[in-house]
Amino acid sequence: MQYIQPLWPAFPEIFLLAMTCVILVADLFISDENRGTTYFLTQLALAGSAFLTWFISHHLNAGDPIRTFGGMFVSDMMSNVLKMTTYLGVMAVLVYSRSYLMARHMFRGEFFALALFATLGMLIMISANHLLILYLGLELLSLSLYAMVALQRDSAKATEAAMKYFILGALASGMLLYGMSMIYGATGSLELTRMASLIDDNAAKNVGLILGLVFVVAGIGFKLGAVPFHMWIPDVYEGSPTAVTLFLGSIPKLAAFAFMIRLLVQGLGNTDIQMHWQQMLVVMSVLSLAIGNIAAIAQTNLKRMLAYSTISHMGFLLLGIISGGVNGYVSSMFYAIVYVLMNLGAFGMMLLLSRDGFEAEHIDDYKGLNQRSPWYAFLMLIIMLSMAGVPPLVGFYSKFSVLQSIVENGNIGLAVIAVIFSLIGAFYYLRIVKVMYFDEPVDTSVIAPRNDAKWLLTINALALLFFGLMPQSLMVLCANSILGSL
Amino acid sequence: MYALPLLSLSIWIPIGFGLLVLASGNERNAGFVRILALVGALLGFLVTLPIYDGFSVATHGFQYVEEREWIDTFNSSYHLGVDGISLLLVLLNSFTTVIVVIAGWEVIQKRVSQYMAAFLILSGLLNGVFCSLDGLLFYVFFEATLIPMFIIIGVWGGPNRVYASVKFFLYTLLGSLLSLVALMYLYFAAGNSFSLQDIYDTPLALGPQIFIFLAFFMAFAVKVPMWPVHTWLPDAHVEAPTGGSVVLAAIMLKLGGYGFLRLSLQIVPDASHALSGMMIFLSLVAVVYIGLVALVQTDMKKLIAYSSISHMGFVTLGLFLFNAQGLEGSVLQMISHGFVSGALFLCVGVLYDRMHSRQIADYGGVVNSMPVFATFFMLFAMANAGLPGTSGFVGEFIVIMGAMQANFWYAFAAATSLIFGAAYTLWMYKRVVFGAVANEHVAQLKDINLREFLILGLLAVAVLLMGLWPNPFAELIHTSVTDLLAHVMHSKLPMP
Repeated sequence: MQYIQPLWPAFPEIFLLAMTCVILVADLFISDENRGTTYFLTQLALAGSAFLTWFISHHLNAGDPIRTFGGMFVSDMMSNVLKMTTYLGVMAVLVYSRSYLMARHMFRGEFFALALFATLGMLIMISANHLLILYLGLELLSLSLYAMVALQRDSAKATEAAMKYFILGALASGMLLYGMSMIYGATGSLELTRMASLIDDNAAKNVGLILGLVFVVAGIGFKLGAVPFHMWIPDVYEGSPTAVTLFLGSIPKLAAFAFMIRLLVQGLGNTDIQMHWQQMLVVMSVLSLAIGNIAAIAQTNLKRMLAYSTISHMGFLLLGIISGGVNGYVSSMFYAIVYVLMNLGAFGMMLLLSRDGFEAEHIDDYKGLNQRSPWYAFLMLIIMLSMAGVPPLVGFYSKFSVLQSIVENGNIGLAVIAVIFSLIGAFYYLRIVKVMYFDEPVDTSVIAPRNDAKWLLTINALALLFFGLMPQSLMVLCANSILGSL
Repeated sequence: MYALPLLSLSIWIPIGFGLLVLASGNERNAGFVRILALVGALLGFLVTLPIYDGFSVATHGFQYVEEREWIDTFNSSYHLGVDGISLLLVLLNSFTTVIVVIAGWEVIQKRVSQYMAAFLILSGLLNGVFCSLDGLLFYVFFEATLIPMFIIIGVWGGPNRVYASVKFFLYTLLGSLLSLVALMYLYFAAGNSFSLQDIYDTPLALGPQIFIFLAFFMAFAVKVPMWPVHTWLPDAHVEAPTGGSVVLAAIMLKLGGYGFLRLSLQIVPDASHALSGMMIFLSLVAVVYIGLVALVQTDMKKLIAYSSISHMGFVTLGLFLFNAQGLEGSVLQMISHGFVSGALFLCVGVLYDRMHSRQIADYGGVVNSMPVFATFFMLFAMANAGLPGTSGFVGEFIVIMGAMQANFWYAFAAATSLIFGAAYTLWMYKRVVFGAVANEHVAQLKDINLREFLILGLLAVAVLLMGLWPNPFAELIHTSVTDLLAHVMHSKLPMP
């Protein structure tokens, strides 16, 4: 027992890894008709991990961070909350994509194994307290995603997307690793908490450290999809099968957020260094807001539009980190969670409306949705207006709290820029509402999704409204988790 | 005092019924949906009557105050309360909702439940704006009203509805987003509080005050709308369905005036004084220039839309004169404009439903086939022109009196509106109603039915009541206006 106990904080990951291996092997013996078994096993594995995470958060670390593997792995309030969101997100992704995958002959064991490995990578990233662990988690996630994008191997578009994603991703990983090595050279430690204590005012003047920081920030920018490292986002979003786009476009942002908090705030949070990365992030953030929002206007493909919208959302997410205070990190985390919720809804709707041989990925496919199905149009209305940040939907509060934290730091100019770009952003979200409500339908086929996906989407969209009316609980959760981790 | 949370009820009853209507509606049971919507609108109106009944006109400050925890993170609470000014607007709004539901009874045949639900939800949200005593809550209600209005214009509007609805949405969103940044600044200035009372009590230097004033100006001037940011209004009005135009003119424009008097004047009184010259100038431009623009319109709805802008110029003029007459007249003008412009849009709606044209040139001699209608139309046209004895006279007259105290030339310029107003309204009336019967369509027009008689009759009573006996209205707002004036005259500059 005494040998096992220290590993407790990593039990959810260990359990998930074991289950993934079991599923990988078991799937070989499952015939195509019974592929549903793999699906259920996958959901079970996620639910089991979720239970373990819940158990740890309630019974082991009552608020305080606990570390294991010699301090390389940490379980704290933030990791628990982000992990829970990750499980729920992945489970929702699987529910939404089930019939889509079946119709396209992608409902196979590999998809589930890769999704679970990617999930594992995200969990590791979220809990990493060591640069190598952080990198390992990131690579596990990225490699699984590259394969998932290429899963539809007969599709030229998907292959191209995967190739682009892989090459640019490998480049970014290289930069990240290079930056990490420089940081190691400058500070003498790879462990984040130790690194923070080693950096004093002298070390902060070290050019090697700053140079390493530049590479690391570039790597993060790539993984987030912030301008000028955003080139892959639209193509990969458009080229991947929608189910994979849903996966890679939403949940990994939580892990990327944790990455930023761990590395920039916990590791390199020294005031002098903070100033350096803040400057870089300000440029990335403003450019993301500008290019994301403006380029999205010109899109006719909904997946591409949401890709650019993601870029602009990441700009907002960065704004929270830039503001530097605890409130900023809290607002950023709130933004990340809300973003995942909204993105799941938007792509979930796309998957729900698509059927065999029809992708529902063009904006014109949504024409007259209100006449075909008022309920789905209403849900999509909620999702789009929430993304635009119109109250009383939760997207408003996520933007609001980020802006609030910037204004708190006296950066009103930045807040005004963000506000003006979100006005531009409102235009293209409104266009979706416009085609759904004001135009006549061109496609009159019956919408008949699976019941589980239908109910989940309803809950998902109504949650945006619910948290919009009562945002307090979610905000407190984010505040507690950041306060409990820093 | 009443134990029931009446203000909350006046907000949530219409919204609740709206959702119910939305949920129960499909194309087959339109009859049931209409009745359900009417019940909701009537209940929403009835629940405001005890508020009026129990309201004490002599009491200073806010009444029926409700305060509950909402978002502790931002120290923002669900804080409601009314003074005389907001109560009057709540009453106007709930009354208008009933009218609008009845007005859409037969006219709307397409997606009835969504139409009715949009108006009910809008009505609840508007009540929320008028009752909020918390900055964030105010903003949430203020912004949320855009969604139903966007849908109303876009789905049931005229041929150019998409352009108009998007323009409406983006125009108003720009202004309110800037005011959001101002609110955030105020939040920190007031020691982390969104409570309007705390914000009122916070001293502010003149520099920030000016910026905050300009941010609020962007939000509220667009809503009023003031010249030169008025261009969305004619588009929106022309394309909106009749009910949409009525609510837009009668209530949504008041959000701007109300915002000025609740936020701008009280939060940044010194900046309001400093910039009052600009505000008065813009108001007078609206009154005079837009009055002239109205004169040359060939589309009836557009003419009334421009006349609305011109009349709302009186509201902003009165607010920035900083005397009791100005403020009181401005509030009365808001209420009167709510009745009169609403009624005029309904009149145009009556004609449009029969002829499917809003062009003045397509009409002529309507009185021959629609005598009852012509009588009502006459009354509302006179009220729009500001004839003594109608509500239109009261507000304009008091504002002009206030302007006279401030500066003779302000009063002079404002008073020209009485001439232009009479000119464009009565000239339109003459061309549409009198003269020879223009064509055989006009000759075959049927006079108004009982439903139309009911709504026009209700509004006619309101217009005459307010015109002949304005005392109950003036009494209701008197204490609030005195308080407001005291607040505005009190400098908020920090002590040196």
